[in-house]
This record gives sequence, structure tokens and C-alpha cells, in this order.
Amino acid sequence: MNQGRQKTSSAGLFSKAINMEQNISNIKRLSNPIAYILSVCGFLVLLFMVIGSVYYATVAVDYQWRWFKVPKYFMYKSTITLYAEGYGEIDTIAANKDKYDITVTTDAGERTYTVPEGTFDWIEGDMVAPGDIIASYEGGWQPGILAKGLWVTLKISFIATIFGILLGIIGGVARVSNTPVLKWSAMAYVEVIRGSPLLVQIMIFYFVLGTTMNKILMMNGIPKLDAEWYGIMALSVFTGAYVVEIVRAGIEAIHPGQVEAARSSGMTYFQCMFHIILPQALKTILPPLAGQFINLIKDSSLLGMISIRELTKATREGITTSLQTFELWILCAILYLLMTFTLSMCVQYLERRTATK
Amino acid sequence: MIDVISIYKTFYVPHEVKALVDVSNKIEAGEVVVVIGPSGSGKSTFLRCLNRLETAERGQILVDGVDIFDPKTNINTVRAEMGMVFQSFNLYPHLTVQGNVGLAQKLVRKRPKKEREEKTRMLLEKVGISAKAKAWPSNLSGGQQQRVAIARALAMDPKIMLFDEPTSALDPEMIGEVLEVMKTFAKEGMTMVCVTHEMGFAREVADRVIFMDEGMVVEEGTPEKFYKNPTHDRTKLFLKQIL
Repeated sequence: MNQGRQKTSSAGLFSKAINMEQNISNIKRLSNPIAYILSVCGFLVLLFMVIGSVYYATVAVDYQWRWFKVPKYFMYKSTITLYAEGYGEIDTIAANKDKYDITVTTDAGERTYTVPEGTFDWIEGDMVAPGDIIASYEGGWQPGILAKGLWVTLKISFIATIFGILLGIIGGVARVSNTPVLKWSAMAYVEVIRGSPLLVQIMIFYFVLGTTMNKILMMNGIPKLDAEWYGIMALSVFTGAYVVEIVRAGIEAIHPGQVEAARSSGMTYFQCMFHIILPQALKTILPPLAGQFINLIKDSSLLGMISIRELTKATREGITTSLQTFELWILCAILYLLMTFTLSMCVQYLERRTATK
Repeated sequence: MIDVISIYKTFYVPHEVKALVDVSNKIEAGEVVVVIGPSGSGKSTFLRCLNRLETAERGQILVDGVDIFDPKTNINTVRAEMGMVFQSFNLYPHLTVQGNVGLAQKLVRKRPKKEREEKTRMLLEKVGISAKAKAWPSNLSGGQQQRVAIARALAMDPKIMLFDEPTSALDPEMIGEVLEVMKTFAKEGMTMVCVTHEMGFAREVADRVIFMDEGMVVEEGTPEKFYKNPTHDRTKLFLKQIL
């Protein structure tokens, strides 16, 4: 029996040793170039198998992949078509460098169109009727609907991030303060915002607050705010509530001795907060903060509901015109992934920089 | 200079402890006062009351005639005249040694940059770490950190320095360097109140030793009298235990 126990304990030790060996040998294996290449190949094979099987399944249901149609949703060459505005005639056609000036007099007045050569089929004195095409030619490059949507998403996320941080810091400082009014306000803000769905909040911001505010603005002769701004408000208020809790946790993690040292040298509460506590708290709040802003970028997809044409809504609109459902949704996801991945890379870089201190 | 008039302090968390019971004392300018006593005797609480890091529930503390527990008193101006050194150093980890010494000068004293740098350089030289001016606190030894903390407190040109067990968290071989620095300033005539277990230091530089137990001042007197002829049994017992 004694022997048996010894055996099991030595077996335990042995398995531990094997475990350790495996951990070490994993590192060793990857430092071997051939093993490394094999591992990478294995990973790529797996990836291709997944993508391949999805592709195979879509072909099996007769989906026509048309990736070549996708670039025009980013950039396209616009076609410019000029129409006559009323009844009248072509007055003059004069060369103007490599283009032509066509002057048309109609009952709507006289107009001169400058058009490239070979894009019109008129001679002087021709009669025109409203709706006649005077010239039709290719214009410059225009951003497509996805590019515009991407830009709107980036813009909204960026502005909402800044306001979210501001709200979060103000709220976080209020949350840890000893003044009951500030503390309770911050707590109420956090509880109310975290307790209801973002989609509902966006609706409230746009349809309740937006309607009211725009009416008040109009009554005072001030132009009304775009839906975009109400979307930004909703997102920043929503994100701010989560940032409050992140900031609070960061502040509370600071050793109380830091506050005592600062206050005992005569610094005021706010000097201590902004020079001692917040700079130190920043290091601990950076990772959860990054997660929050990655969420913000993804949550901005809900703003399509209040007719802001951000990336998701742009994708939906693109699909209704092209019917390239699979391509555009996959592309949409990849674009979001690119944005969030870039952000998390930036934060990782910042973390490494602050960690060296 | 500091007049402590019958202060009381009770802690209720985690359980009720009478930290200070009817403590009165008078600290004169230029005096070096050493407070000793067993742990839990209220000596740190007494020290922390002097710059209102703790508030007494009864009694008064007058610093240069100003009642510091009066809500109308601007405590920050009082604190600016009182340097404090902590057991756990409490250097600001996000600032360099220079930054640590310079920050309160900038924010509280509003000194111009040049004057600040001059003062910082001078003080770091005095505590013997001018070579580490640009180092981060985490790269310093405990003794070096505590000396920076002393320089940081002195940078405000305080009228009085409070030391809260400045050597208790140090490795034995580093205690000497910190005590050396403290002795220099004591001999220059700095007013000091020092909570410590360093009996050698108390004997050498203290003008007065205060012995506290269970929140009360049991005995006080000059070091010679205190160490050679303690009157109370409690003091005798304590001295026997530590010496």
C-alpha cells in the first residue's frame, strides 16, 4: 500500500514533468524552421477548408459570385448627362481649348454648357425641347456608397469616442467624489443607461429628444440638427456610462497613499485627481477602454435605424440595387473588422509604451 | 507652533478602537519630537491628525494659531507648510525623481520652472541622489525612494516635517542612509515630529520623546530622562521589550 502511494505520487510528478516538457517543447518546436512552416501550412489548410466549404455550399445553391462588381461601391466614374431646360434652339457651338462651349437659348433663358468633344450631336440652329439630352459624358471618380458609409461610420465613432471619454472621466470623477449630489447623479446615469437597450436609446434620442430639440431650434430661427448628431449623442451617452465604471475602477485601484502624499503636500482635490490619480489610472483603464470603443464602432451599425447612412445601412442600400447580397455583407464585416483591428493594434502599442515606465 | 488641545479619535471600522483619548501637546518651533509606542497605540493617528489626514472628533489643533479642524480653514495652505514622509514612500510612479520633487512646487507654490529645477537639484544633492534625478521611482532601492520622498517634502520649504515610521519598510542596511539624511536636517534646526522605532535616532537627535499607549500619552520627556529613568511601569515594560 505504501508502495502504491509512492507510485501514484511519482506518476503525478512524472505527468507534471511531461507537461512542462510539452510546454517547453512547444516553444522548441516553433523555433525549428521546418516545424514552423508546417504549422503555418496546417493553419492555412484549415482556413482554406472552412472558406472552401462555405464557397462550395453557396455554389451548390446556385449563387452567382460577382466580386468584380464590388469595386464600384467604393469608387465609380460618374456619368454626367445635361438636359435642355425648355423649348428653344442651339445658338452657337464654339471651340474652347480642347472642349466646346454650347450656348442654348430656351424659354427658360440662355445657358452655356462646356462639354468634351464628341459627346454631343448638334449643329448651330437645331431646335431643342425640354428633356433633350444636350451632351452625355464621363465625369470624374466619385466615392461609392460603401466608401461614404465607411467614412460616416469612422466620423461618428471618432466623435462619439471623444465625447464618451469626456463624459466617462467627468462621471467617473463624480462617482468617486464625496459630494452626494455628484455621486448619486453619476450612479443614476450609469444605472439608467446600462439598464436599457442601445437601440431603444437611439430611438429616444432621435424621435423624442430630436423632435423636441429641433422644434425648439426652429422656433428660435436656428437651423435644426442632423440625425447624425442625435446618433452621436446617443452613442456617446451610452458609451460614457460604461466608461464611468471603467474610470471608477481605475481610480479605486490607485493606492490611497498616493492621494495622501499629494494632499499632504497641499495639492487640492482636483490637482491631485488630474496630476496624480488619473495619469496612473490611465494605465489600468486602457485595455477595458479599448474594448469599449471597439464596441462603439460595432454599435454604430444600429444608427441605420434613424436613417443615418453608415456602413451597415450603406451595405443594405447597395444590396437593394445590386442584389450582390453575399459579397456586400461579407465585405461589410471585413470593413468593421479592419476598423476594430486597427484600433486594438493602436491600443496595444500604447499599452506597451506606458508599460515601460 | 503646533498646539494640540485634548483631541479624541475613535475608529469604528473594522471594530471600535479608541485611537486617541484626550491627547494634548505643544510642539515648539525648532523642536525634534519623537513619538514611540507599541503598534496600535495611536501614534500614527496622532501624527496624521496634525495635517488633517485624519480628523479628530473632539478637540482642537492650532497650527500657528489656525484651527485646522475649522471647516473655514483652507487646509491646503496649512498643509503646504507641513511636509510629510510616509512609511511606504508613496512616490508618484508615473513621474521621474525630478518630477516627483518638482510637482507640488509647480502646482502649490507656483514656482517658475528655473527656480523649481534649481531647488530640485539642490535638494537631491543634499539627500545624496543627484545622479538619479531622471530615474523612475521603480528603479530605485527603498532607501533611495525614501530619500527622494524626504526631498519632495522639503521642496515646499515646510516649517515642520512629519515622519510616519520612515524606516519601517526598509531593509536593515538602508535604514542608516535615511536616518543620516534626517539627522542632517534635524541639526539644521528643522522642526520635526517623527513616529519611529529607531531608538538610536531618538536618543541622538530628539529634544523630546513622547511615549503613547492605548491612545494616551503615557510619558514624555528628554531622551536621557526617558531612557534612563522612565517613571511609568508601562514605559519600563516597553523599553525592556525593545531594547
